[in-house]
Amino acid sequence: MDLATLLQILDSATRLMAPLLLACLAGLWSERAGVFDIGLEGKMLIAAFAAAAVAAVTGSVWAGLAAGIGASLALACVHALAAITFRGNQLISGVAINFLASGLTVLLGQSWFGLGGRTPSLEGAARFAPVTLPGAEALRGVPVIGPLYAEVLSGHTPLVYLALALVPATGWVLYRTRFGLRLRAVGENPASVDTAGVSVVRLRWAAVLIAGVLCGVAGAYLATGLSAGFVKEMTAGRGYIALAALIFANWRPWRALGATFLFGLMEAVANRFPSLELGPITVPSMVMTALPYILTVIILAGFIGRATPPRAGGEPYVKER
Amino acid sequence: MTRLPRWADLVLTPLISLVLAFGLSALVILAIGESPWLALKTMVTGALGSSYGWGYTLYYATNFVFTGLAVAVAYHAGLFNIGGEGQAAMGGLGVALVCLALPWPHWALALPAAMLGGAAFGALWALIPAWLQAKRGSHIVITTIMFNFIAAAALNYLLANVLRPTGSMDPATARFPEGTALPRLTDMAAALGLDWGKATPANVSFLVALAACGLVWLLIWRTRLGYEIRAFGKSERAARYAGISPARITVVAMLISGGLAGLMAINNVMGEAGRLVLNSVEGAGFIGIAVALMGRNHPLGILLAALLFGFLYQGGGELALFTQIPRELIVVIQALVILFTGALDNMVRMLIAPLFARRGGA
Repeated sequence: MDLATLLQILDSATRLMAPLLLACLAGLWSERAGVFDIGLEGKMLIAAFAAAAVAAVTGSVWAGLAAGIGASLALACVHALAAITFRGNQLISGVAINFLASGLTVLLGQSWFGLGGRTPSLEGAARFAPVTLPGAEALRGVPVIGPLYAEVLSGHTPLVYLALALVPATGWVLYRTRFGLRLRAVGENPASVDTAGVSVVRLRWAAVLIAGVLCGVAGAYLATGLSAGFVKEMTAGRGYIALAALIFANWRPWRALGATFLFGLMEAVANRFPSLELGPITVPSMVMTALPYILTVIILAGFIGRATPPRAGGEPYVKER
Repeated sequence: MTRLPRWADLVLTPLISLVLAFGLSALVILAIGESPWLALKTMVTGALGSSYGWGYTLYYATNFVFTGLAVAVAYHAGLFNIGGEGQAAMGGLGVALVCLALPWPHWALALPAAMLGGAAFGALWALIPAWLQAKRGSHIVITTIMFNFIAAAALNYLLANVLRPTGSMDPATARFPEGTALPRLTDMAAALGLDWGKATPANVSFLVALAACGLVWLLIWRTRLGYEIRAFGKSERAARYAGISPARITVVAMLISGGLAGLMAINNVMGEAGRLVLNSVEGAGFIGIAVALMGRNHPLGILLAALLFGFLYQGGGELALFTQIPRELIVVIQALVILFTGALDNMVRMLIAPLFARRGGA
């Protein structure tokens, strides 16, 4: 494998990492506050659809982004209502949200555009254009750093940089602010937060809504950044890979960056080499497709590292008995 | 909150959830400029208006009975088995391997063997998540989700590279031998002199599904193991105190659950397709979640809910044929049923609680 191929793979890994990272951070916010979220997939899917539909009609990618966030927030509200306000089963609510998005996107897409669930192809201002980072061309000549900066880091859409910026931002808010401290406490021991006179319900709603916004950005990126339009089931399990990355990252923001980059890299390698030849053995692409899930199971089993989820995750908080 | 009478909790809550789900779906149909009334009429005529429709409805319902029972058995043990999809896919592999292994002379010999194969593969696919939950505390919901994807990738590989007959372009196994063809319900009706359900895939598996309902009822409410499963599901601490081993119950309940999901393959793989194709389960594993929730995890309820979803599935196909409404409408209804019966059930209870509170006060 020559250098150009390697740079290409790293570049494509970064591009594929972005939606995973956004969704993974979304899950992190929600689960750190003690609300399981297996509805990441559905929220991304409906956001991708809304973003593509609105961008196609208005011709503005920013209107599309806003629509994507709005659609994802609407499903986040359903989840919060079921999981927090009515203290229902958070896992079942997530499952329902995934199906709801899967059905609604095709139903609405078919009736609005009549393309069998697709939206029209987006072009020009209806898509996110790549940004060349300052100095990318000037630094290109510098060995190692130059090509890495110019080829891998530069030339992505703004949402990729937003995703990257959200890693330190999430870390700072969660670990350095009062809101973050309370939010993490609500995921570990909600009763203590309640005793301190802070509303558990409000904090959890805030966390679930933040997750909604992040999934909205992730979905909008899929439809208007990574591809040019919405196709049926376009998230293709990314919400679940993000969930896997979250476990891999042990519910921590910086590790989420590492985990999602690893999974993005696997996808990039699988795309580039449908069957990877490593000396005498040929690895079929299905192995690469399944690898994130297999790795997650191994992590969950505690054979490498130890997964320590937030303690109150999945349990509705009952104030009075 | 007012405590509802048992019958209201068992019958009224799912019914009101269903009404809410249908109501919202009707609004969605209105929003896309179609007529909900016409949609309902198309579905009822298409699924229940002829013996042909009924044949397909029963065929789909058979799948959903198996996956619904699978979810329910795990649910009684307090486990949420979301992996029915992968377990049913693996069951399909088991059934296919059994059917292709021998030149079966007669279906009556092939069926029990295929049932064993399907159930064993489904159960084995549930064993690893179960063992990880029991021994290492890995959350079973996450591991079963992961195992769905791993199963899909594995079958993808096996069908494209290993089981595909040479010369064939299709990622599918060879056709099963003649002797494995299961009798269809239409043949049985013909033997009784009835002209029923021509050219429909409903087959003898439906009777197996009915028997499975009865056996699961016996297991859960009439055996020692069933008692242990329910006790463990209600309270792990109490069960432990009573000398019930949590690890054993987790593993056994998941084995039964996975086995039931795997059994589904005798219907879709052996009964209908006659070979194993890519994505043979087609979401039936997930519909099992809706069916179990709707049926309140009771075999009778599951049978009724499976019939309902069989009707929706067949009706949805008709809808796509005769109206502008795509069959994904069924996925929306399925999602709303899951939402109202499984996650917003407290809200539904709150809605009907005043009815009973007033009566009690007067």
